[in-house]
Amino acid sequence: MIQFAQVSKRYESGHEALRNVSFFLEKREMAFLIGRSGAGKSTLLKLIIRVENVTQGQLIVNERNVTRMKDRHIPRLRREIGVVFQNHRLLHDRTVFDNVALPLVVSGVGHREIGRRVRAALDKVDLLSKERLYPIMLSGGEQQRVGIARAVVNRPPVLLADEPTGNLDPLLSDEIMDIFHQFNQFGVTVLVATHEYRHIDRLRKRVLELDNGRLVRGASEEHG
Amino acid sequence: MTEYLLRHVQVLLASVGQLARAPGSTLMTVCVIGITLALPAMLYLLVDNAKSVIRNWQGRPQVSVFLKQNVAEQDVLSLQQELARRPETESIELITSDEALEEFKTRSGFGQALDILSENPLPASIVIHISDDAGDPAVIEALVRDIETRPEVDLAQWDLAWVKRLHVILKLVQRAVIVLAALLGLAVIIIVSNTSRLAILNRRDEIETMKLIGATDGFIRRPFLYGGVIQGVLGAVCAIIIVSVCLSLLDGPIAELMALYHGGFAMSGINPRTISMLLVAGGVLGWLAARTAVGRHLRRIEPQ
Ligand SMILES: Nc1ncnc2c1ncn2[C@@H]1O[C@H](COP(=O)(O)OP(=O)(O)OP(=O)(O)O)[C@@H](O)[C@H]1O
Ligand SMILES: [Mg+2]
Repeated sequence: MIQFAQVSKRYESGHEALRNVSFFLEKREMAFLIGRSGAGKSTLLKLIIRVENVTQGQLIVNERNVTRMKDRHIPRLRREIGVVFQNHRLLHDRTVFDNVALPLVVSGVGHREIGRRVRAALDKVDLLSKERLYPIMLSGGEQQRVGIARAVVNRPPVLLADEPTGNLDPLLSDEIMDIFHQFNQFGVTVLVATHEYRHIDRLRKRVLELDNGRLVRGASEEHG
Repeated sequence: MTEYLLRHVQVLLASVGQLARAPGSTLMTVCVIGITLALPAMLYLLVDNAKSVIRNWQGRPQVSVFLKQNVAEQDVLSLQQELARRPETESIELITSDEALEEFKTRSGFGQALDILSENPLPASIVIHISDDAGDPAVIEALVRDIETRPEVDLAQWDLAWVKRLHVILKLVQRAVIVLAALLGLAVIIIVSNTSRLAILNRRDEIETMKLIGATDGFIRRPFLYGGVIQGVLGAVCAIIIVSVCLSLLDGPIAELMALYHGGFAMSGINPRTISMLLVAGGVLGWLAARTAVGRHLRRIEPQ
């Protein structure tokens, strides 16, 4: 599903954020991406949705060569990947419902279908009762769950998350991570960047560890 | 199809909502566009009116053809008939030398004094009233030159040189209006593209997020384009109001002025043609402006 082949990323500043990273994440697999601050976790996720492009090597996502993808094909790639951002990136002047509906509107899904799918997604994150509220009226955990609902509403085969439990207390954090786990069990490929090792012990999933831009653990598929 | 239309209506409403969220700056932009479009529109209407004044002037162009002395009556008649058949001629009037003398006597007040002349010194003349279709000075000029080649004719002249001058001035003003309209159109583009630019920068986060979830540039661009068109059209409506008010203010004084010369001229107000021209111009300029601004700035906003 996601294949990194000797990928390096050098920023314009000259900083080498990823060095020669290779791994293969299979369909329906779930993995944690860990590493110290500045190790390159966010960079790796950005490459997958082509917010940044690789400097060297090759990256295949959903059978598409992301490395050589033309700019006009990027939106299509991004629609096939659900992303949960650390700062959730909700639009403050739209209701919860409209925020979650956005990926469907962008994809040109019909009006009635949008209502149905948005409510299904909100139901999964247990926020159906708050669809008319604005993000600012929600707690941090709730906002993060809205972000998850938006990421999965278009039923993408791949779900990425960049420290989705960053500012949440442990209980909420577990709750969020369990939601990802559930989606994975429904067949979604999940890659979650986190620095909370607790989840790794709890959920016993594959771990990819970055250290200063190098993949030091999880390159081949040994679990745990 | 209805789904498609519905979606566009939604985007349109969203754009209206966006504009309504900043009512102050939207109103200001609309007013500036209104004033900018009103100026050339008003000049255009004034020139249009001036043209119709000239066309309806009582002293519409006429050519006086003075005949040589001692031309046979037969020749005068045939010349008269020939001139009457020309397309430029509306009507024709023969003034014999006797009639000319009579008129001169009564008008000049020299009456008796002229009796001492043994011979009538005034030539017979033919006055051609030019038809409306031949109002162009160049056409009349050509006619005059043609008539002067006739052996019976001593001199042909058209007295209303001011008509010629007025025509030239009007042409000049018309050109100026076109140049002015182009310049002010450019101003509208600059104004709207600036507000579009600000609107885009204000919504930078939103645009980045939209891009991250896979929105195409076209999709993101749409509400801004609608916004530009809406502002342009609202500006045009504003211009229509300004022009109507100004013309109604001018109406009284102009009617008075006209009454001094020849009464019966009513200034024509803003007409459907001008109204639709303004609306189309506003919409097109707004669209163009938003398009240039959005095209330039949207590409520069990339999610980090
Ligand atoms: N746009 C950029 N330009 C230059 N350097 C960058 C850029 N983005 C990230 N970096 C550098 O690349 C390195 C990896 O950054 P990255 O954000 O991937 O780390 P991270 O593992 O996500 O860290 P954290 O846990 O703090 O989020 C860092 O040293 C960072 O300074
Ligand atoms: Mg990071």
